[in-house]
Amino acid sequence: MNELAPDTVIEATPVNESTNCARAPIGLLAELTHRCPLQCPYCSNPLELERVNQEISTADWQNVMRQAAELGILQIHLSGGEPTARTDLEDIVETAAEVGLYTNLITAGVLLTKERLQKLRDLGLDHVQLSIQDVDPENAHRISAYKGGAEKKHEVAKWVRELEMPLTINAPLHRQNIDSLPRIIDYAVEVGAGRLEVAHIQYYAWALRNRAALMPTREAFMKTVEIVDEARERLKGILVIDFVVPDYYAKYPKPCMGGWGRGIMNVTPSGRVLPCHAAESIPGLEFDNVRDKPLAEIWLHGQAFQKFRGTDWMKEPCRSCPRREIDFGGCRCQAFALTGDAANTDPACSLSPVHQEWAAIADKEAHGKSPELIYRRMGKAPSAPAKN
Amino acid sequence: MSKTAQPSRLVVTGDSRLRLPRHIKLRHDKGRGKWLILAPERVFEPDEIAVEVLKQCDGERTVQDIATILAAEYQAPVDVILNDITAMLQELADKGVLRS
Repeated sequence: MNELAPDTVIEATPVNESTNCARAPIGLLAELTHRCPLQCPYCSNPLELERVNQEISTADWQNVMRQAAELGILQIHLSGGEPTARTDLEDIVETAAEVGLYTNLITAGVLLTKERLQKLRDLGLDHVQLSIQDVDPENAHRISAYKGGAEKKHEVAKWVRELEMPLTINAPLHRQNIDSLPRIIDYAVEVGAGRLEVAHIQYYAWALRNRAALMPTREAFMKTVEIVDEARERLKGILVIDFVVPDYYAKYPKPCMGGWGRGIMNVTPSGRVLPCHAAESIPGLEFDNVRDKPLAEIWLHGQAFQKFRGTDWMKEPCRSCPRREIDFGGCRCQAFALTGDAANTDPACSLSPVHQEWAAIADKEAHGKSPELIYRRMGKAPSAPAKN
Repeated sequence: MSKTAQPSRLVVTGDSRLRLPRHIKLRHDKGRGKWLILAPERVFEPDEIAVEVLKQCDGERTVQDIATILAAEYQAPVDVILNDITAMLQELADKGVLRS
């Protein structure tokens, strides 16, 4: 049986068909707010966080949900920041469920109560993805700059299962917690999760700032591959483990977003519609807003979506590469961040002219002394880059 | 920490009575003209036979019952069908799509 299409960054399974014209998207990542009580130094949000007074209204989000369903979107990922920081989450979930969308709450959990979770379930919430920073409470506190988070998350996981909802544990992995992986796997089984995402972090935005503090060594990374392989076999039928490798140690790039403008769209707290959550880092792209245009028009004709859709935009070595419709040249944002041109091959690809140099930097940083973490905070993004 | 027993793998046999848990949604998508299974952060595209089988997974019928029904419908030997659908259902169970 085939998986239909790329659904998340992790679940990028390309389907072999013509890719230059748009087809209906599968998933929508709804970043309801950039507010978050945690300050994880690898946050996937942009360095310039959107503020509460920029956030679109309840009615705007409900409108997005209705349009998403009409457009053929199947799954809504309610994310942030911390989506439960929005007091109208219930209204948004209710509308999403009413129009038949599969609803997924991506949460840090620390703001939830059992009563609220039950209400969300009763309104139609289908699935909860709970992030953990580490199984060791002290280290989790240090990574997230949030005291008591690990204990609270454990409680939330228990509530999810008591309410008979399916649970995914999401464990971003990096140099500061990589040795905990076996215990993270045990934790996922113990709390009754059906899925575990072991996600080596991706080095954009905040994580790129903190790269030297977060990049694991190649040896440490390879060890995680072994651990996951063993656990998958041992836990077959009990726990599904999804594994995201760090780009720096990959041979080929990941098919970022399953291909640009191909299966996923992202709406920011202020209503801007992006082909991926980091797309604002690429200059020259124009982002439409859900308050100004219908979602379908943005998906089909939006300048930002059309810019890197399909393969026509490609240069060599992507253009003639037999893998061009497998990985779509990797990540545009990473290509821009590291080469200055978003149409270049992602440096994660071994065919990129800067791949060797780039991988060497990662290796050097991973073996060097870890600098202090730069925490994700509102306000002006910290200017001090991680030392090379 | 947890009071619940350690979870174990669901092993599909002819006697299994399977159903889709509430959070797994088998539905026909009009726009795409396809049957789909919506699951946590996954979308599966079941083939025609899988759709037929899954529609019969009501928690009452056994896998053997379903094989018998399909054998009549497709005029095929029941043991062959039973083998095929057991393997397919096991694969789906391992993905978390079915429970007993």
